[in-house]
Amino acid sequence: MQLAVWTYEGPPHVGAMRVATAMEGVHYLLHAPQGDTYADLLFTMIERRGKRPPVTYTTFQARDLGKDTSELFQTAAMDVVARFKPDAMIVGASCTAELIQDDPAGLVERMALPLPVIPLELPSYQRKEHWGAAETFYQIVRTLADKSRRPSEQASRRPLVNLLGPTALGFRHRDDVAEITGLLGRLGIDVNVTAPLGATVADIERLGEADFNILLYPETGDLAAQYLERTFRQPVVRTVPIGVGATNEFVREVAALAGIDPAPLLAQEESRLSWWSRSIDSTYLTGKRVFIFGDGTHAVAAARIAHEELGFKVVGLGCYNREYAREVREAAKRYDVEPLITDDHLAVESAIEAAQPELVLGTQMERHIAKRFAIPCAVISAPVHVQDFPARYSPQMGFEGANVIFDSWVHPLVMGLEEHLLTMFRDDFEFHDGAGASHLGPGHAAPVEQPVAAAVEAEASGWTDEAALELKKIPFFVRGKARRNTELFAAERGIATIELATLYEAKAHYAR
Amino acid sequence: MNAPARLDAQVNGDCAPVLRERGQREVFCGLTGIIWLHRRMQDAFFLVVGSRTCAHLLQSAAGVMIFAEPRFATAIMEERDLAGLADANQELDRIVAQLIARRPDIRTLFLVGSCPSEVIKLDLAKAAQRLGEAYAGNVRVLNYSGSGIETTFTQGEDACLAALVPVMPALPADAPTNLVVVGTLPDIVEDQFRRIFADLGITHVGSLPERVVADLPGIGTNTLYLLAQPFLGDTGQALDRRGARRVEALFPFGVEGTSDWFHAAAAAFGIPTSHVDAVLAPYRARGEAALLRHRDRLAGRTIFFMPDSQLEVPLARFLSRELGMVLTEVGTPYLHAGHLARELAALPPGVQLSEGQDVDRQLDRVRALRPDLTVCGLGLANPLESEGLSTKWAIELVFSPIHGFDQAGDLAELFARPMRRRDVLRV
Repeated sequence: MQLAVWTYEGPPHVGAMRVATAMEGVHYLLHAPQGDTYADLLFTMIERRGKRPPVTYTTFQARDLGKDTSELFQTAAMDVVARFKPDAMIVGASCTAELIQDDPAGLVERMALPLPVIPLELPSYQRKEHWGAAETFYQIVRTLADKSRRPSEQASRRPLVNLLGPTALGFRHRDDVAEITGLLGRLGIDVNVTAPLGATVADIERLGEADFNILLYPETGDLAAQYLERTFRQPVVRTVPIGVGATNEFVREVAALAGIDPAPLLAQEESRLSWWSRSIDSTYLTGKRVFIFGDGTHAVAAARIAHEELGFKVVGLGCYNREYAREVREAAKRYDVEPLITDDHLAVESAIEAAQPELVLGTQMERHIAKRFAIPCAVISAPVHVQDFPARYSPQMGFEGANVIFDSWVHPLVMGLEEHLLTMFRDDFEFHDGAGASHLGPGHAAPVEQPVAAAVEAEASGWTDEAALELKKIPFFVRGKARRNTELFAAERGIATIELATLYEAKAHYAR
Repeated sequence: MNAPARLDAQVNGDCAPVLRERGQREVFCGLTGIIWLHRRMQDAFFLVVGSRTCAHLLQSAAGVMIFAEPRFATAIMEERDLAGLADANQELDRIVAQLIARRPDIRTLFLVGSCPSEVIKLDLAKAAQRLGEAYAGNVRVLNYSGSGIETTFTQGEDACLAALVPVMPALPADAPTNLVVVGTLPDIVEDQFRRIFADLGITHVGSLPERVVADLPGIGTNTLYLLAQPFLGDTGQALDRRGARRVEALFPFGVEGTSDWFHAAAAAFGIPTSHVDAVLAPYRARGEAALLRHRDRLAGRTIFFMPDSQLEVPLARFLSRELGMVLTEVGTPYLHAGHLARELAALPPGVQLSEGQDVDRQLDRVRALRPDLTVCGLGLANPLESEGLSTKWAIELVFSPIHGFDQAGDLAELFARPMRRRDVLRV
C-alpha cells in the first residue's frame, strides 16, 4: 500500500478515456462500479468539453455482484452499439471490475458484435494513467491500422507524416498540434493523420500511408510509434520541439527525413525568445535558481530551455512518471543536480523547500506548493487544471511555443530594476516586499501573509537581533536561501550565534 | 414533444407512480462525502482503503484542490496487497502508523471502505478494532464504507454518521430531554439554528456530527432527533436502536420547510405554538422578502432534477411551493419513503418521481422536455449547456449554506443565477 493525498496520475483506465475522448467514432465500454463515472467531469469541467466523453460504464452495485455482472456487461455492450453506433469499441475494466474477473474481452468476443472491438488489459494495481493512454492507443493502432497501406509514389506529392501522441486532457495538446502542423506546412510537409486527437477509425486505418512519424508526446504515443516503426518501417522523429534549440533540431531532423532543405525556413522563422533573452533587460535572469518537476518529457525540455535559453540555474529536476526516469537522470547529470523520481508530492515539497529556488516550473501540484512558499511558479506539464486550458492560443511547441514559454516563465518573476529598488529601499512604506511586485497587481499572494514565509521569520533563532534584522532587509525571494546558507555556514564552522558578520561572511562564501 | 404521458397523470391526487430505472448511473460514490466531512470534524482523519481511482476521485471531485493538507488520504492498494489478505492487514497497520506519526493531532481515524476493499473482503471493522486497541486512549478508530457498490454520493455521510452513533455517550434514563440535529450543516447555519432553538427555549441541543468528534452529544431514551438532511436513513435507524425518537418534519429548506422543522421540534418539547410563531415571525418575514426577489424569475419555469444528492425531493417541494416553479421529473438516487413522507405529501399532484437511473434514457427525456433548468452532476452540465439547456450543478447544493430562513434567498438565487446569466449574455 502507498499513502497518497494527491496523485499526479489517475488510474490507467483514465488514460484510456483520454484516448477514446480524443478520437471520433470510438466508444469505450468500461466495466466499473457506480461512482467511477466521476471521470467524466475531468473532460466536461477541466477541459470544458461540450460533449460527454464517449464512455459507457456498467456501474454495477453490490446487489449485482451476487447475480450476473457479466450479463450486465453484455447488455451494456448491446446498448452502446444500438445507441451510439460507434465505428469501433474499446472494452475494459476499472480497478474493481478487474477484481471480479468477468473477462470483458472474452464476453464481447462471444457476442460477435458487428464492429471492431478492441479489448484492453490495463492492470490498475500496477500501472497509471499515462501508461494506460499509451497502451490503449497502441492497441487501437495495432488492431485498426490497415497493414496493406503504404506511402504512395513520392514524386507526385509533398512528404506526409503522422503526428502521434496528443490526447484529450493533455497539457496544451490542442495548440501544439496546430503549431507543429503549421510549421510542417511551411516546411513543405503535409500531415497524413494526427492521432489520437481528432482521429477517426478511417484515419487510423491509413496511418501506413505516411512517410514517417513524429512523436510529439512520448508518454502517450511511444508504444504506437514503435509498433508503426516495426510494422510499416516508418522512421520516428523523437525530438520533442519544445524550446528554440529543440525546435531547430526538430526542423533539421524532419527536413532530413523528408529530403527538404531546412535552411530557408530556419532563416526566416525564429522565436522572439532568442532576442528577448539576449536583450539587456533580461540580464537579471542570469543564474535565477529554478526547480523543475513534471512529466519526464516536459521536465527535460524545460531544463534545457532554462539552462541554455534563459540562463537560469537548474537547482532541481525530476519527474513523477518512472517510465521516463532514465531520460530525467541523464538530464540531471548534465545540470549537475540530483534527479528526483517520485510520485509523492510531499517529497517534492521537501525538495523544493530544501532547494529554495527563485522559480518553480511544475504541475498544478507544484503551483500549490510554490504558492505556500511564496515562490513564483509557472506550469509546464500535466496534471492539468482548468487554467491550463486557456481561451487564447498558447502552444508550448515550436517557435511560437518558445514565445509563450518566455512570457509565462518570466512574468511571475520580480523584474529587473524593480528587483534592485526593492533591495535598495527596503523601508519604503508602500514599496516593500510585503506589498508584492507591482506588476503582479493586488491580490497576488503577498509573501508576508504566507504561513511559510512567516515561519522563516519566526524561526530565526540562534540569530542575534541585529543579524535577524539584517536578514529581513534581504529581498523575500532570496531571503530563504540566504538564511539557509548562513545557517549552514555557521553550522559547518561551529558558530553557535549568528551575528551580523556571520551573515556577510556566508554571503561572501557563497557568492556566485 | 415526446414527453412521457404520465407526467400529467394524477393518481389519487398524489404523485405519479415512481419510475424505477436500471442502467448507467451517473453519480458519485459515497467517498465524495469525505470532502465536506473532513472539514466539519476537525479532530478526525479519513483514510480511504482503496485504489488509485479512489484517490483520483477525491482530488477531482474536490474540483479545486484544497491544498491545506487535507485530513484525508488514500491507502492505495497495490498488486501485492491483493495476493494475501494477511499482508494487506499488515500493510494497513504500517500505513496507519505512518499517518499517526505524521498527524499526531488526530483523535478519530475513520477507515473508509471502497469498492476494491469490499470486493476483496478486507474486513475494515476488524482492522478498526485491532488498530483501536493498539492506539487505545490516543486515537479512536472507526470504519464505514463509502464504496460505490454500496453507497451513492451523500449516502457516504449517512454511513459515516451511522458509524458514530455507537460511540455517542449514553445518557441515563432520567436525563432531561435533549435534541440532536443530525446531518452536517455549515457552521454559520448551525449557529443560526442554535440561536433560534435558544429563543424557542430548547436548551439541550447537540449535533451529529459535532465540529469535534470528542464533543459528540449524549443519547438515551429521552433523546429526540431532528434530521437536517434527507439522506440519513441508516443513521436514523442507528439512532432508533439506541432509543432516540425522530421528530417528523419537513426538511429545513425555504421558509416553509424551516418553519415546519422548528415547529415540529418545539411541539415535541411541548412549547406553545404561539410562542414559536412569535419567535419565528421576524425570520420568516426576512426569508420571504428575500424569496420575493427571485419569484418573478423562477415562477412558471420548468425544472428537471437528475438524481444526485437525495436533496432533490425537499428542494423540488421548496421550488414548487415557494417559488412557483413547475416540476417535470424529480429524480433521486434513492427514495427514502419514511423520512420523506411529509415532503412527498407536500409535492404538487402528478409530479413524476424517478428513482435510480439510466442516464442515457433520462437525458432523452430531458431533451424531449427541454426544461428551463436541469439540475445535474458535473459530468452532464456542460454537455447540456452546449445543447442550449440551462443547468445547475447539483454539487453546489451540497457545498453551499442553503438551509434555514436566512439562506432561503441564497438557495433560490442558486437556481435563478443560471437563468439570469442566460438572459444577460450576448455572446
